[in-house]
Amino acid sequence: MKLLTLASQDKTRATVLSVLAAITIIIPLCNVLTPADSALHFSAYTVSVIGKYLTFALLGLSLDLVWGYCGILALGHGAFFALGGYAMGMYLMRQIGTRGVYGDPLLPDFMVFLNWKELPWFWYGFDNFAFAMLMVLLVPGTLAFVFGWLAFRSRVTGVYLSIITQALTYALLLAFFRNEMGFGGNNGLTDFKDILGFNIQSEGVRSMLFFLSGVALIGAFLLCSWITSTKLGRVVTAIRDQESRVRFLGYRVEMFKLWVFTFAAMLAGVAGALYVPQVGIINPSEFSPLNSLEIVIWVAMGGRGTLYGAIIGAVVVNYSKTVLTGLLPDAWLYILGGLFIVVTLLLPDGIVGLLQRKLKEQAA
Amino acid sequence: MNIPANKPLSYGLAVLMLLFSMLAHSETDATQQPLQDALAAIKQGSMSEREQAINHLVELKHPRSLVILQALLAGKLLVVKDQDKLVIGDAIDQDYNIVDAVSNEKLGIISAEQVGKINLTNKLRSNLRKIIGELELNADDDAVRLAAVKAMDKEVDARLLDLFKQRLAVEQNADVKEAIENILLLQQMDSADKNERMAAITQLQSHDSLDVVNKLKAITEKDADGNYAEADSDIRNIADAALTEINGRLRLYSSIETVFFGLSLGAVLVLSAIGLAITFGVMGVINMAHGELMMIGAYTTYVIQQLMPNYLGLSIILSIPAAFLISALVGIAIERGIIRFLYGRPLETLLATFGVSLFLQQTVRSIFSPLNRSVATPEWMSGSWQINDFLSLTWNRFYILIFCLIVFVLLMQILKHTKLGLEVRAVAQNRRMAKAMGIPTAQVDAMTFGLGSGIAGVAGVALSQITNVGPNLGQSYIVDSFMVVVFGGVGNLLGTLVAGFSLGIANKFLEPFAGAVLAKILVLVFIILFIQKRPRGLFPQKGRAADS
Amino acid sequence: MFNTNSKRFSKKMLLAPIAAAAMAFFSTVHAEDTIKVGVLHSLSGTMAISETTLKDTMLMLIDEQNKKGGLLGKKLEAVVVDPASNWPLFAEKARELLTKDKVSAIFGCWTSVSRKSVLPVIEELNGILFYPVQYEGEESSKNVFYTGAAPNQQAIPAVDYLMNDLKVKRWVLAGTDYVYPRTTNKILEAYLKAKGVNKKDIMINYTPFGHSDWQSIVADIKKFGSAGKKTAVVSTINGDANVPFYKELGNQGVSAENIPVVAFSVGEEELSGIDTKPLVGHLAAWNYFMSVDTTKNAAFIKQWKDYIKNPKRVTNDPMEAHYIGFNMWVKAVEKAGTTDPDAVQKALIGVEYPNLTGGVAKMLPNHHISKPVLIGEIQDDGQFVTVWQTNKVVDGDAWSDFLPESKPIIADWTAPISCGNYNTKTKKCSGQNY
Repeated sequence: MKLLTLASQDKTRATVLSVLAAITIIIPLCNVLTPADSALHFSAYTVSVIGKYLTFALLGLSLDLVWGYCGILALGHGAFFALGGYAMGMYLMRQIGTRGVYGDPLLPDFMVFLNWKELPWFWYGFDNFAFAMLMVLLVPGTLAFVFGWLAFRSRVTGVYLSIITQALTYALLLAFFRNEMGFGGNNGLTDFKDILGFNIQSEGVRSMLFFLSGVALIGAFLLCSWITSTKLGRVVTAIRDQESRVRFLGYRVEMFKLWVFTFAAMLAGVAGALYVPQVGIINPSEFSPLNSLEIVIWVAMGGRGTLYGAIIGAVVVNYSKTVLTGLLPDAWLYILGGLFIVVTLLLPDGIVGLLQRKLKEQAA
Repeated sequence: MNIPANKPLSYGLAVLMLLFSMLAHSETDATQQPLQDALAAIKQGSMSEREQAINHLVELKHPRSLVILQALLAGKLLVVKDQDKLVIGDAIDQDYNIVDAVSNEKLGIISAEQVGKINLTNKLRSNLRKIIGELELNADDDAVRLAAVKAMDKEVDARLLDLFKQRLAVEQNADVKEAIENILLLQQMDSADKNERMAAITQLQSHDSLDVVNKLKAITEKDADGNYAEADSDIRNIADAALTEINGRLRLYSSIETVFFGLSLGAVLVLSAIGLAITFGVMGVINMAHGELMMIGAYTTYVIQQLMPNYLGLSIILSIPAAFLISALVGIAIERGIIRFLYGRPLETLLATFGVSLFLQQTVRSIFSPLNRSVATPEWMSGSWQINDFLSLTWNRFYILIFCLIVFVLLMQILKHTKLGLEVRAVAQNRRMAKAMGIPTAQVDAMTFGLGSGIAGVAGVALSQITNVGPNLGQSYIVDSFMVVVFGGVGNLLGTLVAGFSLGIANKFLEPFAGAVLAKILVLVFIILFIQKRPRGLFPQKGRAADS
Repeated sequence: MFNTNSKRFSKKMLLAPIAAAAMAFFSTVHAEDTIKVGVLHSLSGTMAISETTLKDTMLMLIDEQNKKGGLLGKKLEAVVVDPASNWPLFAEKARELLTKDKVSAIFGCWTSVSRKSVLPVIEELNGILFYPVQYEGEESSKNVFYTGAAPNQQAIPAVDYLMNDLKVKRWVLAGTDYVYPRTTNKILEAYLKAKGVNKKDIMINYTPFGHSDWQSIVADIKKFGSAGKKTAVVSTINGDANVPFYKELGNQGVSAENIPVVAFSVGEEELSGIDTKPLVGHLAAWNYFMSVDTTKNAAFIKQWKDYIKNPKRVTNDPMEAHYIGFNMWVKAVEKAGTTDPDAVQKALIGVEYPNLTGGVAKMLPNHHISKPVLIGEIQDDGQFVTVWQTNKVVDGDAWSDFLPESKPIIADWTAPISCGNYNTKTKKCSGQNY
């Protein structure tokens, strides 16, 4: 794959960053400062939709780190996103307290419904926000660490690795569907009321969540950019390009991979945790292998191995979905499917590649 | 509006009358009018009126009664709408070949829209079956008699018992004889005489019959107060021993059954994975549209069946080559149009073929609507091979298993013994070298992809016989297919076969303990762990090709 | 590999739809002379199979109303969106419909989880949702009107029929593992035990969505049913899993005369996609059958076939639910003289509209409607023959009386209670903060 020149990369990176920063600051600020009927006021719909895109962008970014830089095509990345989301969802469920349908102070509605008498052990602690946030990082992180440690150590690579990551998310999908698991089965976790004591549906909280999603995305973007520019980042890129050669040079390839994989899983967890309060539901379908596949497609569409490409891809694909499902409900799959084909065939470096070429043409 | 409960014995009386009527049918004209009345009630009445009319029809002693009742049970009794006339019709194409129900006069062919079928409920159907069963107990055809005995073996009363005994005295056919004897032995278990009971139990313990098991269980079980239902301890002991013996056989049969279930699940997995094993394993293309190619095969079956609705069996057979051709052509189109630009970028084939899969799904939705399509199963593929009461193997699964093996063997032969196979293997091993040797690699790629896709289409024909034919068909099999290929070892067809069958059997042995969901989760976890142990599957590819 | 020309071309191709879509996204034309009605049914993904028909039904009903001169002197305008069987997308689309398109009412959802996902949005924005599918109950929202059956309008009568008319003694409760079957089976288990059925004579089995390999389970059912007592299966198996289930039943020789299966999710439309031979005689409980012979039903069927331009299409229970729901909404808006949600919600309670199968449906204070219950046997033409029906309509009960935790709870959206979750013991309205 063609590596873009450093200069232009910096320029594009700066543009993406400034657009992100502008969105992150202006939209919540406008909404807090202006009255609801003002022309500068963004509707709750716009805020929640763009907020969702931001979390998806963060998810895409984390996959780009794994796939674009480390060459691991993870087809189960959505699992980490969903786990982060569930951790957040569990916190939000505990916040409902006695306001649930059956008014049980301790047990969420679905447990009352299943005749459970006490809270399962793995739900303990989730009433504490700090603990829940820790779990948002630790649960996906630990799973990624254990899985990666097993897989990378025994040098599972290529399609084998891709397919077992898919098996991982598929197994989790089936497991979370089971009502006996204690995560609400197919309905998942929903009907959230408060977050840190504030009404989750209030304008202020929504703007705040939006702002946090933006900040998390910018932070993660900067962090990932920094990581890829360090020596570690270069070793990781080298592993992508020539794994055996790096190993023969004496690097412990599996440790580098493991580190990146775990870090990316944690980022995905954060994205999930920010996603859930904004859309108001987390359910096992987030684990579905097709969802994970879609993340890969965002990244490929935007242009992998560039970080900002993943952000652009996630936003463009999801934005087209939002628009097309409303505009052409009967035909949007044709357009989306066609788009994927066209992009792969004609834009091997994704949208970013296209922009890059255009810039070069202009310069010439 | 509750339908009144059926008077259980009224039909028995009616049957006797009908039997009598069949011996003496002379005054045909005189009975015509009441017959018409009864038929009118069957034609228009509510279900309860229809029930009375059936009994009335039996009482009428008319020679056509049995024929009409048989037609009613078989769903062949029709009303011609504009003439309000009862006819008996055999379905031909979209039409019926009809005869007058009463006069048996040939009325020619009429289209299905012009007739309405007389409906039945379960209650009427099982009553009819008994009525007809009694009438047919003395039929000439052995098979008819056997069916008649089986139709009546559940609720045996004294009157029926006499009928059976009379028949047994004159019965020549061994099967029918045995069936009646079994019924009598079961009755003997309830006899007043202790010795007779014990003799019956001893004789029955070699029978693989669920009725026997139930009777024995009833003898050996305790009731709610902890007392035995059976007071006599001798009988209890002998029943206990008989039950133990039967249970031993039961366990054996049930493990045979589980293996069969596993093999048939495995066959479905192998069929859906084997096309992928070629495109993915041999060519390195991650074909996300593989499921949709199976879907195309299933829809081909549907279309062919629509074209020839009266030749169900033949349509299935014809569907196999048709589905192969159509899926193969679509596959070749995908390869020529998209994938050939992506060689050397295998992961990007995933993206493009995912787009293709969305596209194909929506195309099917636009053409055939998002609803499932109904694909009928031919007679010889439905039902089961009843080995005994404990063990029966369903025909459709059985044929699919055989079919899977045939497809596999054929494919191996193609790869081993044809020019195409040689070229495919050469290109898979070393593309550049093969090209240098003068093999037209582009053409071989297209043919290989076509072959893989065609087999996916053939798998679709098999799937149409066991599951929904709808736009989501492909999606539900794609993940499993990838698992099977990877577990078996990419690029190894034998691996795919072994992997499919072992995963199927493992799943089925886990299911009774863990439940369907947990069994599947356990199998997935097992695959993940297995890949750690053998990072290249069951049968790893060796040599240089394995490195890429 | 590609020359510049094709590149240019591709760029245009790529950008054109996005640009067009973007323009549409930001500039919604607000025609003030129409009343908008949102249609929120999946047109793609796994649920498209059931929901697409309901979208068409809504379009037909709206079309029909416009021919009659619209509503309040304005034309009705349908706003169709595709939530693509994706549950969070349902919430997003509901918000889009309510805030961007400003629809007066939404007709939509099929699965429970999609309704649960939409619920907070509808409540926050004070919308109106008509939900047309039989469901598990245990819910009553100020903003949702449930036109499908509650468990007491489908499950309990079906079990009564099996117990009284078919003398069933042993029960298999088989369902897909999600909340509707779980609740229904829980209610039925309690009900059966109250009727003196031994725990040993009840077998409960759950399978995942789209379960396709039924060999072992059907073999178990067969064994369970061979114990000498009359056995029946009460099936809450959902959607796609039904075809392989019935095929396996047929192939393993389980006939409706031995072990009848009564299903709550298999209707005319599902049957149109199944080879019905192995199903003949099995039962289903619904509030509507296409085969019911009334002039209203005949007119509705004809209207549907004409509208969809396909004489082979069938009608089913959720379609009737939308038919009733839509007409009730029209009546309520006329009564209120406005589409203001609060006024319409108030006006809806007590509105009556004739069922297609005879009798009159009434919107009850708990936002459920009264319906007749019909039990039918499947025929080989994919239609049902009614074998039993209630002699009058049954009122939908939001909170089941057979579950200990919801027994004291009632829903009543009229003053003075005005609550969907009112505990008659503690005299408190709980669970809802709106």
